[in-house]
Amino acid sequence: MKRIVPIGPYHPLQEEPEFFKLIVEGEKVVDLEINIGYNHRGHEFLAQKMTYDQVTFLVERICGICSDSHPYAFVLAVEDVAHVEPPPRAQYIRTIIGELERIHSHYLWLGLAGHFIGYNTVWMWVWRYREPLLDIFELIMGNRNHYAINKVGGARRDILPEHYGQIDKYLDLLEEKNTMFTKAVLDDPVIRARLENVGVLSKEDAIAYAVLGPTARGSGCAIDVRKDDPYDAYDKVDWDEIVFDEGDVLAKAKVRLLECFESIKIVRQCLRDMPDGPIETRVDEITPGEGICRHEAPRGEVFHYVRSDGSNMPARHKIRAPSFMNIPSNVVAVKGYSIADAALVLAAVDPCYCCTDRTVVLEDGKKKLTGKDLLRLSWQKTERLRRRYRR
Amino acid sequence: MANAKLWGLKKSPWVFHVAAASCNNCDIEILDILTPRWDVERFGIVLVGSPRHADALLVTGVLNRKSLPRVLRVYEQTPKPCLVICVGTCTCDTHMFAPSYNVVGPYDKYLPVDVYIPGCPPKPEAMIIGVVKALARL
Repeated sequence: MKRIVPIGPYHPLQEEPEFFKLIVEGEKVVDLEINIGYNHRGHEFLAQKMTYDQVTFLVERICGICSDSHPYAFVLAVEDVAHVEPPPRAQYIRTIIGELERIHSHYLWLGLAGHFIGYNTVWMWVWRYREPLLDIFELIMGNRNHYAINKVGGARRDILPEHYGQIDKYLDLLEEKNTMFTKAVLDDPVIRARLENVGVLSKEDAIAYAVLGPTARGSGCAIDVRKDDPYDAYDKVDWDEIVFDEGDVLAKAKVRLLECFESIKIVRQCLRDMPDGPIETRVDEITPGEGICRHEAPRGEVFHYVRSDGSNMPARHKIRAPSFMNIPSNVVAVKGYSIADAALVLAAVDPCYCCTDRTVVLEDGKKKLTGKDLLRLSWQKTERLRRRYRR
Repeated sequence: MANAKLWGLKKSPWVFHVAAASCNNCDIEILDILTPRWDVERFGIVLVGSPRHADALLVTGVLNRKSLPRVLRVYEQTPKPCLVICVGTCTCDTHMFAPSYNVVGPYDKYLPVDVYIPGCPPKPEAMIIGVVKALARL
């Protein structure tokens, strides 16, 4: 007999609000329904009301974990519209921050994965070594998260020579600790028992669901924008793509852990080769036209589309985050496993719902509505709610 | 009875974390203050899994249309007296999302708020001092 286990939207498992309807037979999960949209804030609408410089700060606040990826992708898209080439030093700075962010994001996931399987030691341990990285962000850019390093035409802040030593020191510590974590995760019988052969996403399913990032690389698909379509300093450094074929949660964990080593390699090479010079080119005018950008965020490829009409605000800004593609693959990955495993499998793609929630559903019969109608309906509904719940 | 509850609250506040429509950043900083560098559990502050166990609500992120009724339901389920602690600029004044069609406004229009902790995100030290100030006022 089929039963439904509702999870969410406010539940202690994941930080963000989302709603899962697990359809179970006994202990076994037979189907999954995902309901999201609790995080929609109207970024694309707001972006059209702000200047290009302000939008970088806005898109930064799409997601706090990949708060470098979205502005990075946005400025690359605007540079594509305006045909601006940032100076080499700025390219290296952006690459360094992008890679340091990847380490921070992967560590965050690893800690939370430990938390989800009830192994809080891993959580505390991993997050302890994430702290010095946030200190480096604070040192370079003045904030632990939301760094605001990207700017159309370059970088907003320089990495000063006196910071190099600190970054090097941290990378040495990180390399040592990452070796320890990799060994700990691969050798620990408890972790292996919980992760191995759980939540298997086969290569066919991975292709059918068009998953991205570490989720795809854990299922044997070698896709990485940094290799396939290099931008900034990625074609000037030497690094390897990590791919595993198993498709289970352990493979995804291995991909993320080993990717941290590659990130360390990239940051070291960038620090060594970083040229001197200005960190931004002056952008006087954004010419009318369209621009796109693909950037490899820690979770996969993030895509930004910007259309300019020659004014100082984007005429249209479209965002597609990697979790948008990854989250639906949970439906096949979770089938056939127990409820206890579902908690981990649902978190294995490193879901980020605030990146994903780009729309909100309005129910208004079957009339055809234009964008303006939808906006008006939306305002009205919000106003009704405001009046109803006001104290 | 209320006094006993207050006494318990001051000694060891159990907090429930509500993320309305946040960008995750305040949320991970809240988790951060549980990890070894800050380790607030030594002061008795524990993150709990249900609002019915909680003495204080840590709210993050702007309120939007879908989350407003649900956040209010979480607040109703929390036993009173409870503290509402707003973490982040989004919760205090809706930040840069004020002109959005989907954002209904700051928390203090809908809930009684005890402490505002501005910042994007606030530093963990700021969050700890916010909770301490809320407790000192009781």
